[in-house]
Amino acid sequence: MALLSFEKKYRVPGGTLIGRDLFDFWVGPFYVGFFGLMTVFFALLGTFLVLWGATLQGTWNPWLISIEPPSIDYGLSFAPLREGGLWQIITMCAHGAFVAWLLREVEIARKLGIGYHVPFAFGVAIFAYTSLTVIRPIMMGAWGHAFPYGIFSHLDWVSYTGYQYGNFHYNPAHMLAVSLFFTTTLALSLHGGLILSAANPEKGQDAKTPDHEDTYFRDFIGYSVGTLGIHRLGLLLALNAAFWSAICILISGPSWLMPDGESWIDWWEWWPRLTTFSAGG
Amino acid sequence: MAEYQNIFNQVQVSGPAELGVDETGLLAKERTKATGNYPLLGILGNAQLGPIHLGMFGVISLYLGLVWFLLVGFGMLQSVDFSFAEFFQRLFWLSLDPPPEEYGLSMPPMNDGGLYMIASLCLLLSVMSWWVRSYLRANELGMGKHVSWAFAAAIWLFLVLGLFRPIAMGSWSEMVPYGIFPHLDWTNYFSLTYGNLFYNPFHALSIVFLYGSALLFAMHGATILATSRLGGDRELEQIYDRGTASERAALFWRWTMGFNATMEGIHRWAWWFAVLVPITGGIGILLTGTVVDDWRYWAIEHHFAAEVEYSVK
Repeated sequence: MALLSFEKKYRVPGGTLIGRDLFDFWVGPFYVGFFGLMTVFFALLGTFLVLWGATLQGTWNPWLISIEPPSIDYGLSFAPLREGGLWQIITMCAHGAFVAWLLREVEIARKLGIGYHVPFAFGVAIFAYTSLTVIRPIMMGAWGHAFPYGIFSHLDWVSYTGYQYGNFHYNPAHMLAVSLFFTTTLALSLHGGLILSAANPEKGQDAKTPDHEDTYFRDFIGYSVGTLGIHRLGLLLALNAAFWSAICILISGPSWLMPDGESWIDWWEWWPRLTTFSAGG
Repeated sequence: MAEYQNIFNQVQVSGPAELGVDETGLLAKERTKATGNYPLLGILGNAQLGPIHLGMFGVISLYLGLVWFLLVGFGMLQSVDFSFAEFFQRLFWLSLDPPPEEYGLSMPPMNDGGLYMIASLCLLLSVMSWWVRSYLRANELGMGKHVSWAFAAAIWLFLVLGLFRPIAMGSWSEMVPYGIFPHLDWTNYFSLTYGNLFYNPFHALSIVFLYGSALLFAMHGATILATSRLGGDRELEQIYDRGTASERAALFWRWTMGFNATMEGIHRWAWWFAVLVPITGGIGILLTGTVVDDWRYWAIEHHFAAEVEYSVK
């Protein structure tokens, strides 16, 4: 049993959402629960289908294995297994595994008597995935608008889809999402660095306190958000990075959202028009 | 438990401002005296703004940063013949551009990239002064230098883009233009010129660490907020003397994914993920155009790209 020294007293029954105490047990370090079984079921089925897809594709090079969505011709209907049907079932498996994993996190949080922040945050990540594979394809009328499941094939899709809209860097929601990703990383390095520098001071010095953390940041930039605040800030930045990533792709494609054509470069023409008064035409 | 979900501060108390630790008795007189209390900031974190320490390197850094900003603005104004109306109308499209290729690594004339070079020197010195500041502030408090070394990793990427790679390519024209859309165009063009940067393994690693950083901060921030009822946000105290908040935070991840960090260890994961974004990214940029001309061909040679062109059915 991979039990930590203090772990035993925390392993109590209860907190399950479904199944009472039927699945309320651990395997090694893992908590199982009804949703643990669901996660394993969907993950194994999905992985098996990916491997089957690889045999149909005829390659075992892990960089090149790719499960393609159905062609645009199939619209929103089911496709034969070999022509995108596999992709459709794998997408369902992925959703099943992700949602079951989220609900298992809820059960574990209930068991430990802590907040639901982690499963909520995971929900935002699932939303981003669902946006790409379900919401946007439905808005555009075909599963073929989703991305293929492959290490480099999904990068090709990103490249291709980006250039379809001129230069994707001009997408304002993409700008926001990228800025949020960079800011999250900056904040993470500052937070990690600050804690480590307080707990690992100069040789021969006493370990430092939260007062030192506040002082360092006030000296450095004139503001310290505080020990609780930095975790709110980090969580908000990270969740917004994922959320605006989802928005930036959802607003690219559906023609009823892009009446002025498909190029994000042209989209910015409202700005010179808005400031025409200052240039006299 | 369901009634305790830490989201924002619902009660704010305000007392005398905290003026900071001063173990040597020298720091207090180097700090500004004024502090402000802003309840709007207090919703998320501390409401107190200030004081700030304005040492020599802080002043040098802010001054040179301002000079860089004004020179870029001057260069943009020059490109529209000093018409303020046109300046605002084309603000996002304007830029101060690096010198053309023919000047190589020599100093170009002032109106043909020279202003850009002077502005760049100001920015370089500004950033370096800010790094010294990050080091000295930690040193005077007797703290580790982890923030400074993380900042140095970002400076590595900055130097690759503006100094090392241009020198390796033999021309200052390789530097990045200062402008909103122009620097995005530069990025786009850079990828197209060198055969799709997505096939650059170091670019891929950099993005993995970038998304990984967002994932880690979401996981860590959420875990600390979830255990704040038990004092999870008092991380240093939890590192020195583990309490039930640390134990539950660790068990949450152990039961979820079979593995957990410690209260100190999670900050080492965080630091490394964040720091590896610019380190790997900088390696990828430095190799592009110098060692590798076309990343897609390079990928085909190394068997991770198929030779057929990608097409949508």
